[in-house]
Amino acid sequence: MGKTLIQKIIEKSSGRNNVEVGEIVFVKPSVVLSHDNSADISKTFEKMGPKRVFDPSKIFIALDHEVPPPDSKKALNHSIIRDFVKKYGITNFFDCGEGICHQVLPEKGLVEPSTVVFGSDSHTTSHGAFGAAGIPVGRTETASLWALGETWLKVPESFKIIIKGTPQKNIFPKDVILHIIGKIGADGATYISVEFTGEYVDKMSMGGRMTFCNLSAEMGAKDAIIPVDDTTRAFLKDRLKKEYEPLYADKDAKYAKTLEFDVTNLKPQIAKPHKVDNVSDVSEVAGKKVDVFFLGTCTNGRVEDLEVAANILKGKKIKADSRLLVYPASKEVLLTCLDKGIIKTLVEAGGEINTPACGPCLGAYGGVLAPNERALSTANRNFKGRMGCSENTEVYLASPATVAVSALYGEITEYKGE
Amino acid sequence: MEKIKGKIHIVKDNDVNTDLIYAGKYTYEILTPEEMGKHTLEDFEKDYFKKMNENDFIVSGTNFGCGSSREQAVTCFKGLKSGGIIAKSFSRLYFRNAVNKALLVIESPEFVDYIFAKNNGENLDVEVDPNKGEIICEGKTFKFAPLTGQALEIFSAGGLGEYTKRKLAAM
Ligand code: SF4
Repeated sequence: MGKTLIQKIIEKSSGRNNVEVGEIVFVKPSVVLSHDNSADISKTFEKMGPKRVFDPSKIFIALDHEVPPPDSKKALNHSIIRDFVKKYGITNFFDCGEGICHQVLPEKGLVEPSTVVFGSDSHTTSHGAFGAAGIPVGRTETASLWALGETWLKVPESFKIIIKGTPQKNIFPKDVILHIIGKIGADGATYISVEFTGEYVDKMSMGGRMTFCNLSAEMGAKDAIIPVDDTTRAFLKDRLKKEYEPLYADKDAKYAKTLEFDVTNLKPQIAKPHKVDNVSDVSEVAGKKVDVFFLGTCTNGRVEDLEVAANILKGKKIKADSRLLVYPASKEVLLTCLDKGIIKTLVEAGGEINTPACGPCLGAYGGVLAPNERALSTANRNFKGRMGCSENTEVYLASPATVAVSALYGEITEYKGE
Repeated sequence: MEKIKGKIHIVKDNDVNTDLIYAGKYTYEILTPEEMGKHTLEDFEKDYFKKMNENDFIVSGTNFGCGSSREQAVTCFKGLKSGGIIAKSFSRLYFRNAVNKALLVIESPEFVDYIFAKNNGENLDVEVDPNKGEIICEGKTFKFAPLTGQALEIFSAGGLGEYTKRKLAAM
């Protein structure tokens, strides 16, 4: 019987020759990711009584969730983290302004294909875009990982999702993955490792692949992987400073399910409140007034995302009485967008440019909603209260193109591709 | 592990996510578990925590705890000294965090269906035996799969914190 990709990655990371689905094994990650939650993790870590961290070069911390800190409590959080970083000699620390952890990790060449990346953040699945197994864990588990350098995993079953067809020009990876989540459901892939393949995936940019793997967390997946190809190699070249050996699933690997999607006739998609799997065509909810438009996050805050939005907004103005928040996903993204004139276009159209970070995605700062407001966002979650206020607020999720065109009209609008 | 006797409180929904259980706006405030307890399910229903006494259980539908990796959505129940959560199913990360924090999480679709079918199941008494994997309610017994292996070891140590401490001490 052939092996799935996750089986092979777990074998490699556990030093075992053969692991069976359902078996529990101890796994060593290539890197452990965390962010502003590192202050709390560091406290748990020190209570465990370790003398050192397992490997200071394999711990990655980026400050992104409350950047710049909106109050002194959160500023204190950051200063606790800086002290911890110095005390234990953590080498991969990225301070405020570098960007969102899931964007910075790959940009800095710290995602190695075919390894396990553990992260104290539920969207650690993002790193599957580079052929790695990005597996989210909690804070206590991260503290334990910092101390021991390993933790247990149950070898998961896998789904193979094959995506075929060439979509219309107004369709983006966000539309496709929202459609898939709508079909599979919020718990449809719980405990499952998802492998994406097919001609659509083969042609997808690295950014699109990150959107895919990022959002797979919203169907419950343990991790989601896109196997390494030339697109991956081109991204990793000059970034990843070591040789890597990509692994691939066997042709006769056993999948719990094989699902096929054809994107040929897909229309722009939107996730409606208050669940990510509550997906429909944008046209079904067109005309709803929106107060806050949000371009950014680890899902869709990359150059290609802001560029699509800028192309739609060029020489125009967003609707009066609405706000357009722009959060580039990283400093690298911001610099590139500055060079390309994207930022200028967005500002001229009425956008507010912010420090590369999470922004109001998690509802803690930087543009949270007021009661009775509605948001249209490129993020990955639309739960009640997610953007900081649960009093009669709504969050809709869509592609950067849908957000940009809707901002022109101040209401949810289908992007037709012109 | 001892048997736990408490009352049940119903959160009659599927996909009860971590934002509903513990709002994001508190996640970067350093609070004690008891303080976290006071925000439990706040966005689901204001002052929800007031309903809950020591050893009480939550009963909910499928995919309980989906969403964020935030452990506070588990810790808040520890702060309330809750008996645990009985759901049709849990999100992977919630289940894992619960084991790591030694919060009892029980998958029993039969029991949940039984409770959801009632007009008024709120505040019913239950007795849970985590070793045998049994919930006893109104004289009926509902079976569930008790923890085993690595997960049981971590749970029995009082959570992953204690477990790691012991492992480090033995190194
Ligand atoms: S951008 Fe949003 S989803 Fe992504 S890491 Fe930040 S808070 Fe989480």
